[in-house]
Amino acid sequence: MDMENLIHMANKIGEFFESVPDREEALLGISGHIHNFWAPRMRSQLLECVDSANSEGLKPIVLEAIRAHRNNLLPRH
Amino acid sequence: MHKQLNEKDFGTPERTSDREVTLEIDGMQVTVTAGTSIMRAAAEGGVNVPKLCATDSLEPFGSCRLCLVEIEGRRGFPASCTTPVEPGMKIRTQTPKLQSLRKGVMELYISDHPLDCLTCPANGNCELQDMAGVTGLREVRYGFDGENHLASKKDESNPYFTYDPSKCIVCNRCVRACEEIQGTYALTISGRGFDSRVSPGTDQSFMESDCVSCGACVQACPTATLQEKTVIAIGQAEHSVVTTCAYCGVGCAFKAEMKGNEVVRMTPYKDGQANEGHSCVKGRFAWGYATHQDRITKPMIRSKITDPWREVSWAEALDYAASEFKRIQKQHGRDSIGGIVSSRCTNEEGYLVQKLVRAAFGNNNVDTCARVCHSPTGYGLKQTLGESAGTQTFKSVEHSDVILVIGANPTDAHPVFASRMKKRLREGAKLIVIDPRKIELVSSPHIKAAFHLPLKPGTNVAMLSALAHVIVTEGLLHNSFIAERCEDRAFGQWRDFVSLPENSPEATQQITGVSADLVRGAARLYATGGNAAIYYGLGVTEHAQGSTSVMAIANLAMATGNIGREGVGVNPLRGQNNVQGSCDIGSFPHELPGYRHVSDSTTRHLFEQAWGVEIQPEPGLRIPNMFDAALDGSFKGLYCQGEDIVQSDPNTQHVTAALSAMECIVVQDIFLNETAMYAHVFLPGSSFLEKDGTFTNAERRISRVRRVMPPKAILADWEVTVQLSQRLGYPMNYKHPSEIMDEIARLTPTFHGVSYAKLEELGSIQWPCNDDAPLGTPIMHIDHFVRGKGRFIITQYVATDEKVTRKFPLILTTGRILSQYNVGAQTRRTENVQWHEQDLLEIHPHDAEDRGINDGGWVAIQSRSGETVLRAKLSERMQPGVVYTTFHFPESGANVITTDNSDWATNCPEYKVTAVQIKPVSEPSDWQQKYTRFSKAQQDLLDQARPGHA
Ligand code: SF4
Ligand code: SF4
Ligand code: SF4
Ligand code: FES
Repeated sequence: MDMENLIHMANKIGEFFESVPDREEALLGISGHIHNFWAPRMRSQLLECVDSANSEGLKPIVLEAIRAHRNNLLPRH
Repeated sequence: MHKQLNEKDFGTPERTSDREVTLEIDGMQVTVTAGTSIMRAAAEGGVNVPKLCATDSLEPFGSCRLCLVEIEGRRGFPASCTTPVEPGMKIRTQTPKLQSLRKGVMELYISDHPLDCLTCPANGNCELQDMAGVTGLREVRYGFDGENHLASKKDESNPYFTYDPSKCIVCNRCVRACEEIQGTYALTISGRGFDSRVSPGTDQSFMESDCVSCGACVQACPTATLQEKTVIAIGQAEHSVVTTCAYCGVGCAFKAEMKGNEVVRMTPYKDGQANEGHSCVKGRFAWGYATHQDRITKPMIRSKITDPWREVSWAEALDYAASEFKRIQKQHGRDSIGGIVSSRCTNEEGYLVQKLVRAAFGNNNVDTCARVCHSPTGYGLKQTLGESAGTQTFKSVEHSDVILVIGANPTDAHPVFASRMKKRLREGAKLIVIDPRKIELVSSPHIKAAFHLPLKPGTNVAMLSALAHVIVTEGLLHNSFIAERCEDRAFGQWRDFVSLPENSPEATQQITGVSADLVRGAARLYATGGNAAIYYGLGVTEHAQGSTSVMAIANLAMATGNIGREGVGVNPLRGQNNVQGSCDIGSFPHELPGYRHVSDSTTRHLFEQAWGVEIQPEPGLRIPNMFDAALDGSFKGLYCQGEDIVQSDPNTQHVTAALSAMECIVVQDIFLNETAMYAHVFLPGSSFLEKDGTFTNAERRISRVRRVMPPKAILADWEVTVQLSQRLGYPMNYKHPSEIMDEIARLTPTFHGVSYAKLEELGSIQWPCNDDAPLGTPIMHIDHFVRGKGRFIITQYVATDEKVTRKFPLILTTGRILSQYNVGAQTRRTENVQWHEQDLLEIHPHDAEDRGINDGGWVAIQSRSGETVLRAKLSERMQPGVVYTTFHFPESGANVITTDNSDWATNCPEYKVTAVQIKPVSEPSDWQQKYTRFSKAQQDLLDQARPGHA
């Protein structure tokens, strides 16, 4: 799917959780949201992006959240 | 439920009081609520006192003098409609004297009435006729040759009803209905004495006046003076069936008054709990689309969208659809197809579509059009309060002292609820309106908003945080409520956040454009004015921060303790009839019925056992994700029931490109809608008059929809889904929609107590309805929140990406008007077009002048998504810098302009904010020209399938 759009969507989620005072909670919030609402194919693509050299479009907090909770985001089938 | 044609009329409204009064009427003991009229007390005791100017939907007026009674120990003959009961009263309703007085009154009326009863449309259903009978009128001594009104001219300007002054008895019921029930004040009695007659506006015709065609006056009129044109054309009905309006989220109950299978008229049902006997122009009059010649009643297929349609049997159409879905899955994988549930269809139909997707397709790629309207409500309220629904019943508004309306325009979009709200406002409740436009409520007859905060589109969150800032920093919090009912830590974090100087009204003024004083005043009023209720609509949800705003609203209600009782609460005004229901029954890709996540294994197992299949534990694609996936080639097939995604979803060209890239689109609808032009299989659907089922309105009220005529396409919508599923190798066994509801109830805790039998008994049910609440739940979160403790959530304002620039210096916002509904497929096929025959671009005169744009001239509107052309309407309702349009007509292309920006949490599109430029032009846009050619070509392909039709 359109990678640029996925990055944009992930960043918007990140923007919301940036204001959560507890950083760990914010990271969990971001990964939890993506886990709960994104179809596996979208998550796989996002993970690919994080793993590739093209992750600079992602906000630092999003990158951090995905890296910290990578396992949670892996498709289950 | 077949009803008597007319419900009993008690003459005057029901009163509420803890006190009871016992009196004697015609020798019979009667006990009634204090404040009740003698007339009503008699009616409750079974005695119907003659009456003409009284009816129980209106306050008594005491003008006709027909309802006179004798009261022991009192002189004279008081009117029973205006005299309240007193303990120990002894009343006589019938004596020779009363009889002769009444006869005299009737004689006067009849001497100025055309005696054409046999050919009058009200014949058999006329109160004047009834009263002539009841009073024993046998002769008219005054003769008919004196001065009379028999030659007065009819006003036929309204497309739905006629005003025939020759039959008017000047009982004033219509005037009072327009004032008390509808709140429009369009009618007056003009002239004096003998000359007095009802008049819309200042001697205008109905269509020229302020009349909004709600029908309340027609309903109240005891004679044929105000009469539906359908009754004039086909006569009085012979039976009636109670059902639910299929238009907006108010969910009004109507009696379909029938002659065989033909609807004579739809009249609002007095015992309908959502509407209490009121209606709007859509539900009351705009039902003719159901039998419109554009209805498609035979299944059709084609292999390419450039091929002509071919009419085929149901079996062939369903075989073809099933084989295509199977082929695609084989070729592109199980997840390459999906389905869309419509918020216009019933709960039962929606449930079956999501079941088909999860069980027969074997994936979770199901979504509903609520995605594009209230998905942020579901998310935001669940996060904060624990349940994805509004907290109140409509009736609750009668107890509100302060009403805050944000991002909603109830007089146009939820008219019947607006009338109830306006009634409360006229009684003195204070009003705060937060809206970029000066909506009608801001100043309407006998109503003036205490505060109108005309914020810039896209700045709701900044505004809501500023209100919270004032409440916290000025010490207006409801501390005991918060301490007892809310999570402590989250509250503390939220309090610290909103207290920051950057959230003060003085700081946010730059963002919202609203002066700090106004914001402070509004916040104080909301926090300290007594019971305060918030009502909101799509002006809150359809933003990049839609979910954040919903949470900010819940925060405000919790902070001030305005939740968990009558008169308060958080009230999303749902757009379509079954938005609430379609969300409840599991049509989101991540949730099973009852808002339970697909990853929750207990719930999944419950459904797996019941359905006998394995359910995927991962969320499926949401509608916008489906489009993106279609464009990248991984999504190829769609079953779309009752939804017109091409017209209603944003960025039309993106949507049509996505659909064009797919291999099998199955559309089930009553018309060849815009989406059907991209379809390969067309399955003819049923209108609400042809189906049994339920709708759930904005107050969580489940109401029955009842079939009044057989489906035009033979199969009911639910049967079509069942047959498709069968062919996909997943048989479903239901004999009636009631069995589908039984299954929903069995598998969904909040619905455990719901059944058709109980709906029959109670009229309607507000969920949750289960062992804890066997009669349903009018008000939620009374002693504790559904999630336990309420959770405050920090709502940081983030400016939308859709910023005005030099290239696109204006903000376009979109909305709705009263007479048209959503994509207009239904209302455009009725006389409602007389009120709105095209979408217009509203623009402030300054912006228009700067660009040389004249009222009524063509203007091009351009955004980064596309360009369209509309006619301009200069309007002071707009603030400079903001333009507005509706999206009821496909050729307007309002969604060619809107972008694919969306809410961060739910992907609900940001319909309310698009940066645009506008300029005067002389011809339609490229897109419009292409659209006209495409739609003409598609119409030809349809005509080829139906030679001789139309
Ligand atoms: S139009 Fe009907 S309701 Fe109105 S005053 Fe005349 S008779 Fe009464
Ligand atoms: S139709 Fe409604 S708005 Fe129009 S005059 Fe009658 S009551 Fe008033
Ligand atoms: S208010 Fe809504 S539900 Fe009621 S009649 Fe109008 S459109 Fe129908
Ligand atoms: S009904 Fe009481 S005065 Fe008319």
